[in-house]
Amino acid sequence: MCGIAGIIYRDGSQHPIGDEMTRMLQSMKHRGPDSTGYALYGSPENGNLVMRYKLADANTPRDFEFEERLRRHRAIVESRLAALGARIDEVEEETPYAFRVSFDYDGDLKLLADFVEDIPEAEVLSLGRALEIVKDLGDAESVHDQYGLSGFTGTHGIGHVRMATESEVDIAGAHPYWAYPYSDVAVVHNGQLTNYFMWRRRLERAGRRFMSECDSEIIAVYLAEEMSKGASLKEAMDKSLDELDGVFTYIAVTKDELGVAKDELAAKPLVLYESDGLVALASEEIAIRQVVEGEIDTYDPFEREVLVWAR
Amino acid sequence: MTQITYDARGLAEPFADAPRIAEVDGTRARFDAQDLTTRTINLELRRLLYEEGVEEVEIDNPGSRHSLAVGILTRCRITINGSLGYFGCGLIDGPEIHVTGRVGWSACENMMSGVVVVDGNAGSLTGAALRGGDVVVRGRVGARTGIDQKGGTIIVGGDAGSMTGFMMQRGRIVILGDVGPGLGDSMYDGTIYVAGTVKSLGIDCVPGEWTDADTELVERKFRIYGLGDPPELQKFVCGKVLYNYDSLEPAERKLVI
Repeated sequence: MCGIAGIIYRDGSQHPIGDEMTRMLQSMKHRGPDSTGYALYGSPENGNLVMRYKLADANTPRDFEFEERLRRHRAIVESRLAALGARIDEVEEETPYAFRVSFDYDGDLKLLADFVEDIPEAEVLSLGRALEIVKDLGDAESVHDQYGLSGFTGTHGIGHVRMATESEVDIAGAHPYWAYPYSDVAVVHNGQLTNYFMWRRRLERAGRRFMSECDSEIIAVYLAEEMSKGASLKEAMDKSLDELDGVFTYIAVTKDELGVAKDELAAKPLVLYESDGLVALASEEIAIRQVVEGEIDTYDPFEREVLVWAR
Repeated sequence: MTQITYDARGLAEPFADAPRIAEVDGTRARFDAQDLTTRTINLELRRLLYEEGVEEVEIDNPGSRHSLAVGILTRCRITINGSLGYFGCGLIDGPEIHVTGRVGWSACENMMSGVVVVDGNAGSLTGAALRGGDVVVRGRVGARTGIDQKGGTIIVGGDAGSMTGFMMQRGRIVILGDVGPGLGDSMYDGTIYVAGTVKSLGIDCVPGEWTDADTELVERKFRIYGLGDPPELQKFVCGKVLYNYDSLEPAERKLVI
């Protein structure tokens, strides 16, 4: 089933989106209790790059050497960043296996991500100058507390509660997905893609890597690939309606824009609230009411609709 | 909003009691749902209608919660000041319900009789498997309105999404705005009236011939719900080219012969 949500402040002002997104996602817990994920757009200090990565999954079997291995791999990540010329500002340990590192770097992002992911079990969850992806097993409140999201301020964000249907219940299978190796693009998705393997093979031949068996992972990469050829987010999403098969409602975000697309059957729900100040959207209206006070006017977009808002 | 508790089996509030917070004034009652859970709202509503003999209930602050005002099997009048989530007003037989906000997916699903008027928009699957009664949505509706409809009337003031009247078997749908692709796809019977443009017709849905009975029905419904003078409507019915009721299955053929 899955639940998706998004919020964007149109004037680009900073808001506590970590807390707001948590309230939205927690109210839709019944749509997916397996895992919860956030893609939040903040403003890192000194214009640094921020990388979120994990060195093990939440349910990786813990053997005797588990902690020692994590320590060793963490040191390798930092030494590899330094070897590429990145000046590390700060490393935060969010959980024993998930980290946030901010650094100054102007080189090739794909090279950097590949170099980090070359370490066994390492996965770069997000990389960008605004985007931070946080995802773990459990409901929104437990992920929020675990990763200390209460202080997170930003302009826009999306989130996802997952009921796994196509792939494993682990962090690798949790949404949102980062559009490796393009910075600051992320996607959450509710639905099933039926031409997943075709697109996966196609994108893999083009040099993209996939860390999970989850069909949603290709959407982010597909969109970023189109945008790297010069398409706008709206154009890329319009094209995806014809090129992706299946039932879907997905929300895609870039550094400045948030967009939503629905398939031609309008098979998956989405409720939309638009005002002068913000746009909030979610699988259920109850989520929007967590961030907007009073009685509100909302509507459901129709089939094949692509809507994009800028901050 | 209070936290919902679950028992060991995962059932939500299996032993909840009606909160008894409504202000009852003769046959009228009113209560605020702000601090109640889905289950306690429904229990309070049932207590008022079935035990207290109340005929008119007003509910404030429903907060878009799912499955409110469902399974009410008595004649009464319910006003909901706000919006409902999914499955609102489902499985009802008799009530007249007025929702001042909007409703989510599957509103009035499997309704037997009565009236539901929604001032705002509605989600997809509005009036799914409707058996009787009137559903009036003044705003727009999502996809598959009146799917599997088996009776009753659905009136939509705004636009409707794709596959409106999908597999409908009886009853009427009136859309005053535009409709999306696949109107009346695979319908068996029933009538769809559209005032705006139709993006495309579904399989075996064809334009129908207008009769006096159509005029009478449309004028009567518009008068009842204060919708003004009816605009010019196009009528769509089942083309019946997919009817294959005469051809028997091999096993059936043996029985007949």
